[in-house]
Amino acid sequence: MAIDTQPGHRLDKRPSGNGPPPVIRRLVLDNGALLALVAMVILMAVLSGNFFTTTNIVNVGVQASVTAILAYGVTFAIVSGGIDLSVGSVAAFSAVMLGWFTTNQGVPVFFGVILAILVGTACGLVNGLLIAYGKLPPFIATLAMLSAARGLAQVVSEGAPIALPDSLSWVGENLNDYIATPVLIMIAMGLIAGLVLMRTYSGRSMYAIGGNEEAARLSGIRVQRQKIIVYALVGAFAAVAGIVLASRLVSAQPNAAEGYELDAIAAVVIGGASLAGGVGKASGTLIGALILAVLRNGLNLLDVSAFWQQVVIGAVIALAVLLDTLRRRA
Amino acid sequence: MEGIRKVFPGVVALDGVDFDLRAGEVHVLLGENGAGKSTLIKILSGVYRADGGRVLQNGRPVRVAGAEAAEKLGIAAIHQEFNLVPHLSIAENLFLGRQPRRYGLLDRKKMEADAAVLLQRVGVDAPPRTPVRELGIAGRQMVEIAKALSLRARVLIMDEPTAVLTAEEVNRLFAIVRKLRSEGVGIVFITHHLEEIPQIGDRVTVLRDGRSVGQVPASAPEDELVQQMVGRSIEQQYPRDTGRVTPSAQPLLRVTGLRRAGVFHDIHFEVRAGEVVGVAGLVGAGRTEVARAVFGADPYDAGTVEVLGKRLPGHNVSAALASGLGLVPEDRKGQGLVLGSSIQENLGLVTLRKATRGGLVDRAAQKRDAGRIAERMAVRMAGLDQHVGTLSGGNQQKVVIGKWLLAQSRVLILDEPTRGIDVGAKVEIYQLINELTASGHAVLMISSDLPEVLGMSDRVLVMSQGRIAGELTAREATQDAVMALAVGTSAHGANEMEDSPRGH
Repeated sequence: MAIDTQPGHRLDKRPSGNGPPPVIRRLVLDNGALLALVAMVILMAVLSGNFFTTTNIVNVGVQASVTAILAYGVTFAIVSGGIDLSVGSVAAFSAVMLGWFTTNQGVPVFFGVILAILVGTACGLVNGLLIAYGKLPPFIATLAMLSAARGLAQVVSEGAPIALPDSLSWVGENLNDYIATPVLIMIAMGLIAGLVLMRTYSGRSMYAIGGNEEAARLSGIRVQRQKIIVYALVGAFAAVAGIVLASRLVSAQPNAAEGYELDAIAAVVIGGASLAGGVGKASGTLIGALILAVLRNGLNLLDVSAFWQQVVIGAVIALAVLLDTLRRRA
Repeated sequence: MEGIRKVFPGVVALDGVDFDLRAGEVHVLLGENGAGKSTLIKILSGVYRADGGRVLQNGRPVRVAGAEAAEKLGIAAIHQEFNLVPHLSIAENLFLGRQPRRYGLLDRKKMEADAAVLLQRVGVDAPPRTPVRELGIAGRQMVEIAKALSLRARVLIMDEPTAVLTAEEVNRLFAIVRKLRSEGVGIVFITHHLEEIPQIGDRVTVLRDGRSVGQVPASAPEDELVQQMVGRSIEQQYPRDTGRVTPSAQPLLRVTGLRRAGVFHDIHFEVRAGEVVGVAGLVGAGRTEVARAVFGADPYDAGTVEVLGKRLPGHNVSAALASGLGLVPEDRKGQGLVLGSSIQENLGLVTLRKATRGGLVDRAAQKRDAGRIAERMAVRMAGLDQHVGTLSGGNQQKVVIGKWLLAQSRVLILDEPTRGIDVGAKVEIYQLINELTASGHAVLMISSDLPEVLGMSDRVLVMSQGRIAGELTAREATQDAVMALAVGTSAHGANEMEDSPRGH
């Protein structure tokens, strides 16, 4: 990143180094996470006969879905140069509110879902206001929300799970042997996240703000307003993740999704985003979430203890970022 | 250094560069931006590794494998961006990582005593305990030099040390450079200011397109140097016929009674269509602060800003932008560009909102517009998706200006538009300014490069200590007249302003 002055007017020259042709090298480096995912799938399939079965692959998708949806949201925050630690808590709080609206208050399921997403958005809005106008660092503002939203979830549910209406259970189930609803939602949210990042004013602003906030401001981007939008979006995505998770469990649990924010951040980073801001993609984040899910699932099948799984996942996160650093240097 | 070669993906930055440095000489390295000067000194100071060629010291080949190796070889570099920790004291910065220790604890007393000796050698009279953030740019530079001295550097590389200094600070710097030279230190000196070369240099090596094209004595005439640098001679350095604007032309920007307590006062001026108004003054006179306030980037306490007769709300960049005002900030990399983004993204930043329909950005139109403007401005690039961070300074500046052209801004505020840009690119930017004013734009140009202000402005405003000390027509404006106003009634006060840190 520190390379500042290079001649820009000698474009015909290609690097003439040895090693693999530059095109292949570029391809490998640019799609490191995707290749890692493919390699991991092949490795697991070879090591365990049970891995590459339809049931298990669908299972991996379902396991990845909640992390992926949370992580799409976190991608917005990270691309804009911030972070969101509150997504796990906000997911749980939104899910609890869904249960409270539908089961306790008798609100129709459809409106209950809308209201739950609004609750998540409102939490994000509070984060955004604290960051944009309260000038709190995103780390601190969302750390506060991590605690507050979790507390509210416990308060509303009085510490006990709230059963969800049966009419919601399809959200967490499989349509048939090949297709699971959570996976469809994961893909749909991924497309939305990609659209937001690549094609919308807010999305492009996120890259500009994360890349250089002052330059963005002096170019007329309303930085504070955009930041509020960013965190509100993160909250909305967290709420959707919370709804999917609760539907799978058929109940809204106040202590659900605890620690999921770290998985989400890991997925974003494995997917190639830079914590410094300005870099990141929805597709990368999806791959990051899938890598984590394949790893967990495969290690389970291989009977690796949960303790060692944590060690392996830690190593994979470090490795992913190392690889990314190498890529940037190349 | 013999036959140095360095390749980056897509570009050969250096190709067979020879360079030698004797003890006790100042060897000027000259070349346009992008000629490979920075790359060469980064190889010499161990930041990059050369892909070919070798480095010899006292006739023996050496390997500069990293910053530490360079330090051991007695090579120290002072880059344009200083390597100082603002919140630590001068003494701590000088001995960072090698603080004197006693019984395993820092020996603060010894450290500060040693620091005082070093500071004296470079002529800084601040106490060693002063936090570096309280120093001005010149002071910080001196701390960097003192740090190099404390490392017993035999080779001192200075990358455009004068770019950010005022005339008086430059003189002080030169005195210290001469002293070091007489002590036998070899100094590699990079500058874009040709007039400095005979003052400070002994020999000059000229780089062009990654090759060393010639070595001449520092007394060589400027024309010859310029010709070697750009490979052609530049007919006219300031291609402007100044003072032609009819006074009846429509005022596009009018500022009245602008004031921010303690920073600037009583700022009145107008910029008319087709006019370039230069703003001269010492560093710290408040020029950048006024520009930012006019643009709405910073607040002001009183006064009005009108663009095309319409009054702007204060501290509101969006309103300024919508009214047709554009700002090319002084700090190109820090405020003008998103370095990690592509040329296309950067060019389209201001017009992003305009290109948005129903929340979605029309990327095809953005690309078309960016391509059109990049071509018009002759940005030298591999393609629109090249990262701006990898462009040379002149091309980066074209991108910053380009985004305002895309937004069809009628009034452009250019803050040090050619700082750190090579001669060839400077002329291109001047020509662009001419084209803009010819088509009815108005330009307010802040510059510390006095010949540039004189050569390009139809009128010159001179600022001193936060006030407009005077206004000169193109005919009245001479170096002496401008400097007399800039230094103002109280020369002492002006010097104080000079040493104060400059905000951001």
